[in-house]
Amino acid sequence: MFLDAWRYAASHPQAFWTALGVHVLLSAAALAIAAGIAIPGALAAHRRPAWSAWVTNGANIGRTLPSLAVLALVMPLLGTGFAPSLFALTLLALPPIVQNTLAGLRSVDPDVVDAARGMGMAQREILRRVEMPIALPAVFAGLRTAAVQVVSGAVLAAFIGGGGLGDFITAGIAMMALPQLLVGAIPVTLLALGVDYAFGAAQRRLTPAGLRTP
Amino acid sequence: MILLERVRKRFAGASAPAVDDVSLEVARGEICVLIGPSGCGKTTTMRMINRMIEPDGGRILVDGRDIAQADPVELRRGIGYVIQQVGLFPHQTIAENIATVPRLLGWAPARIAQRVAALLALVHMDPARDGRRYPRALSGGQKQRIGVARALAADPPVLLMDEPFGALDPLTRAALQDEFLRLLRELSKTIVFVTHDIDEALKLGTRIAVMRAGRVLQYDTPARLLAQPADAFVESFVGGDRALKRLGLMTAGAHARALHLPEHARRVAADTPLRDALSLLLDDAAALAVTDAQGRVIGGLSLETIRAALAPPGA
Repeated sequence: MFLDAWRYAASHPQAFWTALGVHVLLSAAALAIAAGIAIPGALAAHRRPAWSAWVTNGANIGRTLPSLAVLALVMPLLGTGFAPSLFALTLLALPPIVQNTLAGLRSVDPDVVDAARGMGMAQREILRRVEMPIALPAVFAGLRTAAVQVVSGAVLAAFIGGGGLGDFITAGIAMMALPQLLVGAIPVTLLALGVDYAFGAAQRRLTPAGLRTP
Repeated sequence: MILLERVRKRFAGASAPAVDDVSLEVARGEICVLIGPSGCGKTTTMRMINRMIEPDGGRILVDGRDIAQADPVELRRGIGYVIQQVGLFPHQTIAENIATVPRLLGWAPARIAQRVAALLALVHMDPARDGRRYPRALSGGQKQRIGVARALAADPPVLLMDEPFGALDPLTRAALQDEFLRLLRELSKTIVFVTHDIDEALKLGTRIAVMRAGRVLQYDTPARLLAQPADAFVESFVGGDRALKRLGLMTAGAHARALHLPEHARRVAADTPLRDALSLLLDDAAALAVTDAQGRVIGGLSLETIRAALAPPGA
């Protein structure tokens, strides 16, 4: 069976590499855009308690939405193809990054911030030298969750014509062709595990020594 | 050095002002202790001096300069700041923590390293070993030592201290108070010190401001505060044992009189607090022989001389 899957992939190298490339590109782009929105957004919300509650509630709701529902909701609005898939996956990646960044910033002891201010650190110095380094492990935890979710969620992009490894899986299911299904499923699984491992390692490396649990 | 003129502050939504028409003057090298019950406005008063809180009215001068005209960030870099919870940066080493203000001021790395080592030694920490450690590895007393070292890093002339020793056990607190007083003999600083512990106020303060409901009820030296409390609140605040506390501030040498002393009278050194001398007299002796540093008898103490020491001048 696995051998059949290997043979299928080997006999369709063009299709396989294109699908893998689209999958990785879709996931990476969605994660990058989401991080670019979620991290500055969380920082801005952290400064304004009134926003913070709204943003937190929004993120909580966002996380409960099933991935497929998000993609399905996007289709009638934006149609099918790569761009709508990217949009949907970005939406999917936002909540965990926002939640974890806010949690990381809230974990900074208020006395530490008070001392920093009292010693003459300007607001941006407090953010750069105190709040961000302490919040960084939590930010990476959020990126890690979002990355795994996006890599898995990108499979569903096949339903709205976004391409990627999901094409093999949907085609495999439709034609009851198990080898073809596995050509999609195995790389996605490995990709998700690899992304999880890589972000986990980065998270540990970026945790300041003084904050590491011994 | 520090001058508060009719300073007022009312927080949004509060029915009464937190600080109500407070005027204080702290001369160079003095320790001004702000004391009072919770919510009396002592911390608010202190925090207005480095503009952590902005007053609603009045004027605050530091070294002759109206701080309302200063840039708050620049002002704070020139004023040491110590709080009860210390607020060390957990992600930075002890050395990096101490280097905070020098780094903000853009000192050269070599000068910072030298200064950090000197400060660690000053607060009885090991510059080679402790500088590389992280705050979580320190005890409460060690953390506050680093907090004080960090506040002294850029050698500011003024220090603001908000219950710096309040969270420590009594033994550590007393040790740190002694160390702090010794340190101040070497580096003259003008200090505003907030506490709710009257014994700490009497021990450290050059002058003590007793506050209640945002107002200063009395601003006086420890001796005068104990001898002549301004009102019933101050009197009860300093405690029912204020005669004993006053004796704690006086020394045997200063009050020894020419007395007829028995042959084997018990001897006490001239720097013994009268409070301890009284305890010895109550214990057994009818009189004590007070000796100077060379062990020579310079006079005697009896219960009568101690009572006379408490009498107001001219009475």
